[in-house]
Amino acid sequence: MAEASEPIVRIRNLSKAYRRGAQIIPVLTGINFDIARGEFVALMGPSGSGKSTLLNLIAGIDSADEGSIQVADVEITTLGESDLASWRAGSVGFIFQFYNLIPVLTAFENVELPLLLTHLNRRERREHVEAVLDVVGLADRMDHYPSQLSGGQQQRVAIARAIVTDPEILVADEPTGDLDRVSAEEILQLMDRLVREFGKTVVMVTHDPRAAEKAHIIRHLEKGELSVT
Amino acid sequence: MGIPYSYSFRNLWTRRLTTVLTASGMGLVVFVFAATLMLTEGLQKTLVQTGSSDNVVLLRKSSNSEVQSAVERDQASLLESQPEIAVGADGEPLLAKELVVLINLKKRVGDKPSNVIIRGIDPASLKLRPAVRLKEGRMPRPGSAEVVAGESVARRFKGCGLGETLRFGMRDWRVVGVFDAGATGFSSEIWGDRDQMMQAFRRPVYSSIIFRLRDTTAFDAYKARIESDPRLTVEAKRETRYYLDQSEAMAKFLRILGLVLTVVFSIGAVIGATITMYAAVANRVTEIGTLRALGFQRKSILSAFIVEALLLGLCGGVLGLFAASFMQLITISTMNWASFSELAFSFTLNVSIVWKSLLFSAVMGLVGGVLPAFRASRMKIVEALRAT
Repeated sequence: MAEASEPIVRIRNLSKAYRRGAQIIPVLTGINFDIARGEFVALMGPSGSGKSTLLNLIAGIDSADEGSIQVADVEITTLGESDLASWRAGSVGFIFQFYNLIPVLTAFENVELPLLLTHLNRRERREHVEAVLDVVGLADRMDHYPSQLSGGQQQRVAIARAIVTDPEILVADEPTGDLDRVSAEEILQLMDRLVREFGKTVVMVTHDPRAAEKAHIIRHLEKGELSVT
Repeated sequence: MGIPYSYSFRNLWTRRLTTVLTASGMGLVVFVFAATLMLTEGLQKTLVQTGSSDNVVLLRKSSNSEVQSAVERDQASLLESQPEIAVGADGEPLLAKELVVLINLKKRVGDKPSNVIIRGIDPASLKLRPAVRLKEGRMPRPGSAEVVAGESVARRFKGCGLGETLRFGMRDWRVVGVFDAGATGFSSEIWGDRDQMMQAFRRPVYSSIIFRLRDTTAFDAYKARIESDPRLTVEAKRETRYYLDQSEAMAKFLRILGLVLTVVFSIGAVIGATITMYAAVANRVTEIGTLRALGFQRKSILSAFIVEALLLGLCGGVLGLFAASFMQLITISTMNWASFSELAFSFTLNVSIVWKSLLFSAVMGLVGGVLPAFRASRMKIVEALRAT
């Protein structure tokens, strides 16, 4: 199935280096990488291998030194600061290791946040938020604050927030890294469901082999270079 | 649409203690700011209420106050016969030729001497000042050594109470009445028969002439005619203008004092707000990174933190105004520098002071919040997210 469809992410000759004083540390060197629509890709590799950097570049929150990144036919490396922010709002869903919910907002309001950047009115926003909270099974917790929810529940709210704008791709950075085994399993099942039922494309960085098992494709990064498994 | 205001508000609420402490510091400054404005307002209100806009005061040219002025008798008789002067129900013109002298009296508390205005009045004087009402006793009989004292003087100065005796102008004067003049400057005066007083003080001339205009719009024409008349050396002012001018020197002093205090204090309060907002930004680095990743623009982050700082400032403003509103219970008695006499007035709060104080507090919040808000908006997303 993956082979048949047009790639949603197309990365060519991507390089990125960090500067520490006078020292230049290469992180990614000449990466070429395609992700097909509806694929669940796991990026693995040791610390410092550049997997999070690659994820950040695909998500448009970091800038490349060289090369091109096309996501759904948009060349994001040439977008300016403000256009990139607008692009992220509509095209990328973020799932973080520590959920990154806003503590002073309720589950409902957290999920509603990305919709505040759309033209939807109040009633339409409510419908969307209720629908995705229902998908993640937290419709009855929408008035709870993050501190009143368990880690697994918080991550499910974060996933609802990531999918509420119906983005092209979901990027997940160690989504199970802070969870116990049972909650982690629930989150992975939910992500798997998003791919199978809703046709989402997921790019996930993980250390956890159990998490990587859920993915269709596992890519290993080592010293800034990709290898296929 | 940007980040909702509730986000800024709830963050303040979440760190209530810090918010209240910072807001209290700002509140103190707003308190000083509002209190000096209230003092100035109270002073001006007292003096301006003393005057009435259809009354005209005639003084010798370039005298700032009745105490400095002198109107010759021949000029007075010319001025008495002008057509603009209103006539009372009894057919007499509503015009009073008055004598104003300062004397020194000792206060009941502390025995300290202070200047008090003695006003020699005509029968028309009372009709020209409807705010003045006899409260106790009776008015002095014409041609006698009797006086009535304003309520504030009667209460605060020795020998000025009802039935007591005062000595000035080498004579003894019996206080036969106490009058209430509301919140006007007359409350700080002693009134008696003008001719008796001119005798006692050996004054050959009047201090001022006060009269009611028949038609209040006729003032400008009247003033132009009188002041260009070569036989006269007087100038005409509306009574309200006259008392406003009297308050100007003191009001200006209070304003400058208030401004200096407020500026010095507000620097401290702004630094406090800056520290609080920097701490708020530092505690929420990941949150800021997350919001930016979700697609919120730099300017949304900037405005969210600026709104937070504005709200913090307004909290301070409300606290300061609340405290300042209690100052209305206090009455101040001090020297009016224009007439060199005692004047009693109170702190007065009005809508304009409320708005000015709130605006001032918002500006303090804004100034304190600008740098931290800029810092928040300029963070690199990846670095902010890594701060977890």
